[in-house]
Amino acid sequence: MSVIAPPAPAEAAPAAGPARRPGTARIRFALTVIAVYVAAAVVGPVLLAYDPVATRTADRLLPPGSRTSDGGLAVFGTDQVGQDLLAQMLQGARVSIAVGVATLLLAGLIGVVVGVVAGYFGGFLDGLLMRLADVQLAFPSILLAIFIAALLGPSVVNVVIVLAVSNWVTFARVVRSQVLTVRGREFVDATRTLGAGTWHVVRRCVLPACVAPVLVVATVELGHVILAEASLSFLGLGTPASTPSWGVTIANGRNYLAEAWWIATIPGLALALLVVAFGVLGDALRDRFDPRLKSL
Amino acid sequence: MLPAPDRPAAAPRHPTPLLAVEDLRVQFRTAAGEITPVDGLSFEVAPGETLAVLGESGSGKSVTAQAVMGLLPRPAGRVTGGRILFDGVDLLTRPAAEVRALRGPDMAMVFQDPLSSLNPVFRVGTQIGEVFRRHRGASRRQARAAAIDLMKRVGIPDAAKRVDDYPHQFSGGMRQRVMIAMAIALHPRLLIADEPTTALDVTVQAQVMALLTSLQQEYGMALVLITHDLGVVADVADRMLLVYAGRAAETGPIREVYERPAHPYTAGLMASLPGEQERLTPIPGSPPNLAALPPGCPFHPRCRYAVDRCRAERPPLRAVAGPGRAAACHRAEEVLDGA
Repeated sequence: MSVIAPPAPAEAAPAAGPARRPGTARIRFALTVIAVYVAAAVVGPVLLAYDPVATRTADRLLPPGSRTSDGGLAVFGTDQVGQDLLAQMLQGARVSIAVGVATLLLAGLIGVVVGVVAGYFGGFLDGLLMRLADVQLAFPSILLAIFIAALLGPSVVNVVIVLAVSNWVTFARVVRSQVLTVRGREFVDATRTLGAGTWHVVRRCVLPACVAPVLVVATVELGHVILAEASLSFLGLGTPASTPSWGVTIANGRNYLAEAWWIATIPGLALALLVVAFGVLGDALRDRFDPRLKSL
Repeated sequence: MLPAPDRPAAAPRHPTPLLAVEDLRVQFRTAAGEITPVDGLSFEVAPGETLAVLGESGSGKSVTAQAVMGLLPRPAGRVTGGRILFDGVDLLTRPAAEVRALRGPDMAMVFQDPLSSLNPVFRVGTQIGEVFRRHRGASRRQARAAAIDLMKRVGIPDAAKRVDDYPHQFSGGMRQRVMIAMAIALHPRLLIADEPTTALDVTVQAQVMALLTSLQQEYGMALVLITHDLGVVADVADRMLLVYAGRAAETGPIREVYERPAHPYTAGLMASLPGEQERLTPIPGSPPNLAALPPGCPFHPRCRYAVDRCRAERPPLRAVAGPGRAAACHRAEEVLDGA
């Protein structure tokens, strides 16, 4: 080997830092944003008391940064009845995030059960459940949500039910496809040859394999669900006015857009940022965990 | 050549074989139509004996193992005929729960690819211990201790530390040892090993085979070794069963069959092994297409002994040349003498 090797550029590469797993920066950014929201939702209403039925007409429609009549600072301004917008939004964050999480737990539970049953047992049950899912996917989910919400009436619990009913399909399909892949894997056979029954295989082989994809779906869906909840509330079909979610606040501000833009705009921006953060997080998690994307 | 006096070589005459497969027929629905990868296969395994099941890819040897272990992929594959008797109990007619209770304590299996046959999300100690927890009601602590003991027994160095590792942290040979540890955990009477060394490095293959045989002698298990590697089993197995197109081509004590094959296919396989001769002699043609098997003897298109009778009439498995030997060939006697 008399050829003198040129200085390998590969040696210089590690100096740029250890190879990061895909999406690390995006995951950190999104998690930071979400953490700020969650902290605000948990701590905010404790610091800034909000009374949904109080009215202070002296402080109506104050722009952001104004002083209220009792000397407080209205950072985001006040709304049409003199309520501090920031306090209202912090309270709304609680409702929105709580509804989102509760919805996903319910939708995830339904979806995972349906997906496992359809994927593992197959046959007639699979056909029935997946056609049901297809029908529901073909139907606009917000329309379905409006329909059910109109039937059940506005309440926080009903919003959770409505949104869960229109969101279980994604979980079911992802879980089913995962179950179909895992069911044929050799380690499932190996577990069976040691005397494992169906329930044991589902619990020890199938469900653990579903955790990563379900988490990815849940992250993406959480943004969607929070948005859907705001949409329903905006339409008056979501949380009642006494439970101010962001949708309610935005709907209230709609009539005052000309003279008080902040009432609808600031919660709208807050909502958009949170939904985007969940979207980014979901995409980044999918890049990291989805084996199909990895092989591309 | 006399059978070894200490072991009755004629296992088929054993009053109660541990495993008896009688006229087994397995069918699969495929895009190409109904195929029959196992078509009238019969064999017996005596307690404590080692049977090598040999055959090319697609000959039906793995499907047979799947049928015995109840692992046929549903709903595509199903047993459409025959019986599988384990200790006199027909596994095909007993309730699923009863058969399931046999798996683990009485019969177990080792698979070809040790990585895909271990659950990637659990530590190996947990997976080995699981067997004790399920079947023996062991506590977590007991199961872990038992797992460490087993890992030591199958020759995994530093077992106490490695018990908390995940399967991907093990080398191929070590993974197969983990698989073997799980399979022998409850001292089964029958261990089916489906190509246990095929996915391993050559240097590791011999170690794993040696482990299997030493465990077999220690526990007195019957061992069914499924392989396409004639060399791997030559020193290990007592008897062999050569499968071709889902049927038995030849069976008998392995040494005798290797030295004096009675089926042209066996003879062809022997001639294609690297040995004294300078050039290897391949078997002409390719493995049979199960969707379009030729009439008569399935081997006749590749057989230099083939006559008209072979093209018309399927040869039954019949006794030839000594105790325990049988071949499915119309001209077995000529093959024995000539070749």
